[in-house]
Amino acid sequence: MEQTVALGGLTLKNPVLTASGTFGYGTEASAFGDVRFLGGIVVKGLSLEARPGNPGGRIAETPCGMLNSIGLENIGAGRFVREFLPRLPWQETPVVANIYAGDYDEFAELAAYLADQEGIAGLEVNISCPNVRAGGARFGQDPDMAAKACAAVREKAGDKPVILKLSPNVTDVTEIARAVEDAGADAVSLINTLSGMAVDIRTRRPVLGSVIGGLSGPAIKPVALQAVYRVCREVNIPVVGLGGITSAEDALEFILVGARAVQVGSASFADPQLPFSLVSRLEELCEELGIESWEEFRGRIETE
Amino acid sequence: MTTEEQKMTLHHDLKVLETESLDSGFHWLRLNPPSWSWQPGQFLMLRPREWSSDPFLPRPLSIADLDGEALSLFWHVVGKGTRKMTHLRSGDRVRVWGPLGRGFYFEPHMPVLLLAGGMGLAPFIGLIRHHPHPENLELIFGHREDLSSYPLAELSKRILTWSLQDRTPKDLAKLEKAMKVKIQGYSGDGRVLACGPRPFLSMVSRLSRENGARTQVCMETPMACGHGVCLGCSVPGAGGRTYQACVDGPVFSAEELALDQE
Repeated sequence: MEQTVALGGLTLKNPVLTASGTFGYGTEASAFGDVRFLGGIVVKGLSLEARPGNPGGRIAETPCGMLNSIGLENIGAGRFVREFLPRLPWQETPVVANIYAGDYDEFAELAAYLADQEGIAGLEVNISCPNVRAGGARFGQDPDMAAKACAAVREKAGDKPVILKLSPNVTDVTEIARAVEDAGADAVSLINTLSGMAVDIRTRRPVLGSVIGGLSGPAIKPVALQAVYRVCREVNIPVVGLGGITSAEDALEFILVGARAVQVGSASFADPQLPFSLVSRLEELCEELGIESWEEFRGRIETE
Repeated sequence: MTTEEQKMTLHHDLKVLETESLDSGFHWLRLNPPSWSWQPGQFLMLRPREWSSDPFLPRPLSIADLDGEALSLFWHVVGKGTRKMTHLRSGDRVRVWGPLGRGFYFEPHMPVLLLAGGMGLAPFIGLIRHHPHPENLELIFGHREDLSSYPLAELSKRILTWSLQDRTPKDLAKLEKAMKVKIQGYSGDGRVLACGPRPFLSMVSRLSRENGARTQVCMETPMACGHGVCLGCSVPGAGGRTYQACVDGPVFSAEELALDQE
């Protein structure tokens, strides 16, 4: 079956992308597979300036998943563009830059810089970070703030698609999705990690240095699936589904509820070959299930 | 080996040859050996084939030894994953990727002092077994559990070893004194290689700085990916730098890190 999908102006040779924060800057996993076989890669979240990230414990395994509080450590957009982008096969596989900023102006500046790079196919906007000017409130938890961040990026992104990455830590994710659609988003991706915590009763301390972190892994798949299902019914822009995908079957579940593409996240820690093996397995699975085209299958969940 | 071949051999599906359980939760796992060239201090990520989603993550383990007979791993049960690994039996299959990270640097002719705290012995086992001039090696081993849990008897036949039980503050003071004297002795042409828990390595770093010894420390940290993408295994470096234990280490020169300032 033809695996190609269109995503807000991008053409992906298959619907499998890597999730930001689980695939480094795109070159680290070269020992496990060839990036050219992937539908696309989303690189580690970039900010204007390099950031050191959080001190103390940054990861904790939890039942069927893990918590992380990396604290958005990254080398900065400039270094990524100079040192990593030239080594990536961006002519063959779209490279999407995940970005985050502390205020709207910074979002605009970062978007202008990265959208100007030939090797960057699109921008994925992380709105789970705190807005420093607004007293640390999170862009992604308020529809107006999310829309403004989206508009700031969209205005500077030229002809590059802008994908808003939505947080599940909200009362109604469809409200945020509609707000960013109205603000010009070309697509949305969801879900980012769920807020979580782990403690040690012997040391009486939290396991993570930052106390609270983000939960990912198979534990969150049902939460992600319902969020994608609901958002797909509310917006007309493409939706990228992620959250706990560990197999081609999982990927098809997200597509069945309406996702245009999927991202493989922390499951590639458990199996670094997964993003690559999933591409071929997905093709086989489509044959096995007699799926003839994505249009015929996508969003065709029967709830009656 | 070319880069292309290395890429081909990083990821392995290996058969369990043998398992062995010792006292106090210590275990050995011997796997069908891959043809790696490796250095002591390097590690691998291991995930038994039968694990589905829980435990979710692979486990980082020091390569205790690797020769034509077996890839040997030595670990202590500390949680769910290391406990579940004890259920492995000969014939089971495990996924392994490695060798990962940067190992210890030493030359066979150098006098080398090995400092191991508890499970920090693991990376030194193969080093001691295969060193062409074992007379150049000496080991101080600080341990909490009884000596019978560790392969000390075997290692003592090859090199000079000093074992000090480390359970009380008084024991610790004794261990510190012993290490100080030895580190001073190796501060000229010698090298000091250390592996153990963080407080142990902090002490070694301080003693090395005070006595001008050239010391390398092997860090133990939790890891999710082992190959530089998750940024979960960061360790604070000197001058405010942050390193990733998996790709920048796990072996660092003591001066690269700021362990004794923690």
